[in-house]
Amino acid sequence: MEPHVEVKGLRVTAGGKDDSAITIVEGVDFTIPRGGVLALIGESGSGKTTIALTLMGYARSGCRIAGGSIRLGDTDIRTLDEKGLAALRGDRVAYIAQSAAAAFNPSKRIMDQVVEPALIHARMDRKTAEAKAVILFRALALPQPDSIGSRYPHQLSGGQLQRLMAAMALITGPELVILDEPTTALDVTTQIEVLRAFKHAVASQGATAIYVSHDLAVVAQMADHILVLNKGRVREAGAATQILQSPADEYTRTLMAAARPAPKPAPVVVPAQAPLLEIKGLFAGYGKVDSAGRPEIPVLRDISLSIAKGATLGVIGESGSGKSTLARVVAGLIRPASGSVNFAGARLPGGLEQRSRDQFRRIQLVFQNADTALNPAHSVADILGRPLRFYHGLKGAAQHKRVAELLDLIRLPASLADRACSGLSGGQKQRINLARALAAKPDLILCDEVTSALDTVVGAAILDLLAELRRELGLAYMFISHDIGTVRAICDDIMVLYGGTAVEMGPRSAYQAPPFHPYTDLLVGSVPELRAGWLEEQAARPTPPAIGPALEGADLCRFLPRCTARIDGLCTHFTPPRRHLPGGSDILCHHPEAVN
Amino acid sequence: MAASPASSNGGTSFLLTLLVKRVASGLLTLFLVALVVFIVSGLLPGDAAQEMLGQSATPEAIAALRQQMGLDQPATIRFLRWLAGLLGGDPGFSMVANMPVADIIASRLPNSLILAGLSTLVAVPLALAIGIASAMRQGGRLDRALNTTTLAMVAVPEFLIATIAVLVFAVQLRWLPSIALMPASGTFLDLLRALAMPILSLSVIVVAQMARMTRAAIIAQLGLPYVEMARLKGVSPARLVLVHVLPNAIAPIVNAMALSLSYLLGGAVIVETIFNYPGLASLMVNAVTSRDMPLLQACAMIFCGAYLLLVLVADIVAILANPRLRNR
Amino acid sequence: MSAMLDEKKAEAPAPGWVARLPLAGKVGLGLVIFWIATAIGGPWLAPYDPGAFAHQDVFAGFGAVHWLGSDYLGRDVLSRVLSGARYSVGLAAASAIAASSIGTGLALIAALAPRWLDEMLSRFMDTLISIPSKIFSLVLVAAIGSSLPLLFLIATLIYIPGAYRIARSQAVNLAQMDYVQVARTRGEGSAYIAVREILPNMLHPMLADFGLRFVFIVLLLSGLSFLGLGVQPPDADLGSLVRENISGLGEGAPAILVPALAIATLTVGVNLLIDALPRRRGSKEG
Repeated sequence: MEPHVEVKGLRVTAGGKDDSAITIVEGVDFTIPRGGVLALIGESGSGKTTIALTLMGYARSGCRIAGGSIRLGDTDIRTLDEKGLAALRGDRVAYIAQSAAAAFNPSKRIMDQVVEPALIHARMDRKTAEAKAVILFRALALPQPDSIGSRYPHQLSGGQLQRLMAAMALITGPELVILDEPTTALDVTTQIEVLRAFKHAVASQGATAIYVSHDLAVVAQMADHILVLNKGRVREAGAATQILQSPADEYTRTLMAAARPAPKPAPVVVPAQAPLLEIKGLFAGYGKVDSAGRPEIPVLRDISLSIAKGATLGVIGESGSGKSTLARVVAGLIRPASGSVNFAGARLPGGLEQRSRDQFRRIQLVFQNADTALNPAHSVADILGRPLRFYHGLKGAAQHKRVAELLDLIRLPASLADRACSGLSGGQKQRINLARALAAKPDLILCDEVTSALDTVVGAAILDLLAELRRELGLAYMFISHDIGTVRAICDDIMVLYGGTAVEMGPRSAYQAPPFHPYTDLLVGSVPELRAGWLEEQAARPTPPAIGPALEGADLCRFLPRCTARIDGLCTHFTPPRRHLPGGSDILCHHPEAVN
Repeated sequence: MAASPASSNGGTSFLLTLLVKRVASGLLTLFLVALVVFIVSGLLPGDAAQEMLGQSATPEAIAALRQQMGLDQPATIRFLRWLAGLLGGDPGFSMVANMPVADIIASRLPNSLILAGLSTLVAVPLALAIGIASAMRQGGRLDRALNTTTLAMVAVPEFLIATIAVLVFAVQLRWLPSIALMPASGTFLDLLRALAMPILSLSVIVVAQMARMTRAAIIAQLGLPYVEMARLKGVSPARLVLVHVLPNAIAPIVNAMALSLSYLLGGAVIVETIFNYPGLASLMVNAVTSRDMPLLQACAMIFCGAYLLLVLVADIVAILANPRLRNR
Repeated sequence: MSAMLDEKKAEAPAPGWVARLPLAGKVGLGLVIFWIATAIGGPWLAPYDPGAFAHQDVFAGFGAVHWLGSDYLGRDVLSRVLSGARYSVGLAAASAIAASSIGTGLALIAALAPRWLDEMLSRFMDTLISIPSKIFSLVLVAAIGSSLPLLFLIATLIYIPGAYRIARSQAVNLAQMDYVQVARTRGEGSAYIAVREILPNMLHPMLADFGLRFVFIVLLLSGLSFLGLGVQPPDADLGSLVRENISGLGEGAPAILVPALAIATLTVGVNLLIDALPRRRGSKEG
């Protein structure tokens, strides 16, 4: 049978038209049968988005399609002129972008934007287009499908906007749909719904699809065939099941290993010592604090935890859970409204002004985004030298020597010391970020999503480094993340945050198997496994059971609106108590045996 | 943030509060500006009474005149009386011209308004056209040529443009008169002929400024993801700019217009002088030369008020054009 | 994003940046250098004493002996322009440096100070900025006069608020950056943060702003001199030269054209140069 999409010898260059051009994609071949789904997998810089865009004859500014052939059905895309391409885009080929929030025009209503492709390609008149749009909204499980079109983008959530983008892409009934990392920007618990909706919508259209992602597990759910890319070249291609079960290429195997980090062995921690960091009953937020010690805009509610010397605590939460606020409170950037924070036995002052230099030194904060955490005007030596000078008074040759030692500790060459930070790669910058924290000789390092902005392979290497440093230097970590896989790999204890409350807290072993708190259950269940068919196996989540109105002003469970195990009369009126589960963790729940 | 039914009541009152706050802020700034103008113009020792009577006057005579003029009162009272006068339409009496300031201004203000109005009418459409055309063909030959030209025009002093205009149109070609005489009676065409060169001199720089800022505002939008998305839907370049980009660029463009039009107020100073045009700006220059402080203060307040009004209108348009603020 | 394009990111002007300037930028650079040289060494190059009645005729045109003709009193235009340029360039440069430095300094204080200080300072600057600069200059000249030191003071005062506003918006943005938070959690004081963390990242945009300030001040001062309210006789800057020779407009004498063109080439040159300078990533210029 004739393939629907056929690409041969694709070559894309960046830069000038002459010899100064750099090749960013070379020698890429693939075909897709009609109705098939091909996944393009790779890290940043692998060229996957570039390749996907060439199917619309589009190259981002500064790049051009330099060679090869691209065929969609009978059409040779490279022979089309601007008008031909404009006629193709949005009509026969549709694109779903990574960030829906950015891809929608903030000044126009949703419906206007969703029906636009149908109108400008003269497929149908306005009324028919709007009717079709509403049908699509319903099929994508969007709330209030009849009226959602009259909203503006800023009034909707990320998950809803993503699905609306799918509606916008499907309205003209395209032959080919390109999905460019469509769920990367979403929380893991939202992702699973959106994936399901996409898969169903594309399949019911009978459209061919190209799915671009860096996440192997997600790709496993969506694709029949996989193309593994690295630096613009194809490393491996084949059926999805074959690649996932027995990858032939070295690089593919590295990707697979990084996708599911193995738990690192924990050094033995002596539990009898007094805890290094102890937090009791912490309330924190923004705005004025009332007489009961509650802030006007609360973010964290009644948090208690302790970290022993040399131990690691993982803090998991999605967006809005307050996990970054927790790190900032410990670092002194946000004052607690009430509750106590003790460090090494002594009370830790809430604001920066009252802390001693020693307290500054012993607690270090490492940020998520190394691009913004390192001052672009400083060289590596400046950045590492400053804490050495500030805390330890090291200058001149002694400082120089120590900088070289630090670079060695983070496995970077000493020659990097004189370079400016802006030329370094993401992984290198994050290591420098870590080295800056280590320069102080701290006891506790607060890692705020330190691997989230990095590619999986690079991030896995950072995790390894963190584990090694812990063994060598006896450091304690508070490791904050949204990814339960990463946290399970290096943390001794894990705390799950939802809506600012610690819904579950326990040792690593307690998270291997149920019972869990209902939110933890949802979280664990939403992480796709590295095999095809997992998505279909997850029954669509049952809707939460109906309940009566909640008691006004009571301090109720934050998960109440989404909980599938909620109990009317109990969860709606009373604060959930702390219960101890047989697995070893403590949860905040009314349910007698939690969720299995 | 789940979709909720539109709360139109809550939304409009939020908008209204925002607008009221903005107007109040503008009024406060106007008040502070009046304070600054008043303080600055009173900086030098020696006041109007001394000026009037000259060096040879006796202290008693000066004191008597001072009392008659009300200059012996404390500064705060004088300021408040002056302010009240301004708001009531009576900004004081000019000792130098021996007329009420209001009369002097009334004879000149309409001329300035005509000049400013006609210049705006010419400049705004031209600037928008140039700015949008440049942005749409960004990087092309037309754009680069226009860009360099406007860049140069923005920095040129007004009297050079006026000088060249006079040389070309009045001296060489003899199309237009070199002095802007207001015809006592005449057709609109006569008016235009008289005003053509002042309008030209004012407009060139204003058009250049506005065109640059319009272009920059549109280009800033063109780099955003929603524009790429629209391109990938097959939207044509014309539709892209007019339907997608312009609604988002309204705020910076209107802002640019307000700033440029306020330039008209200052630039008029040179142009009115060089063409002997009897407007408010040249009146103000005369007030400086003759140290006619009441007249000077009144003129200054008119110009400042006009500027603040322009900025206020621009801000209100920006607020109304922002869907995040219109629909909460 | 793409690791391959990482190496192409532009940093501060690398060696060879002059050669990489577009044509307009090179023209601008040439003009700027020319005028700086003229301002410094002009009077020594002048063939005649600027005050001497060297020529027979008034408003003579371009000639072999007097390259740029003579003015309304028969003085050599070239010499007068060379010495006038010194006033225009020197006064404007001094004011621009003062305005930019003071504005930047105040902005750094405002960005790191308690809210109330920032509010007060910003409200004060907003008020000053609401007075159109030419109008403000007229009020100030009427109030305190126009000797050379006073003109310097007036120009500086009028253009500090603009520099402050730009510097403050830069500083406030930079103060939110993670690396500033890191410095704060290290226990660094405000002075260190302002000078070592924030200021180096502001230099590039503030340099561009300095150039703009300079252009505005040249235009303002020459405008004032043109109205007779700026540099007073016997000193003369380029604006005064245009003023005193205004009667030559009908003849198209070089005496009025040349000073006006001189100002234009100075300001246009600076503008072309600033626009052509390599931009740091993340700057929001058009």
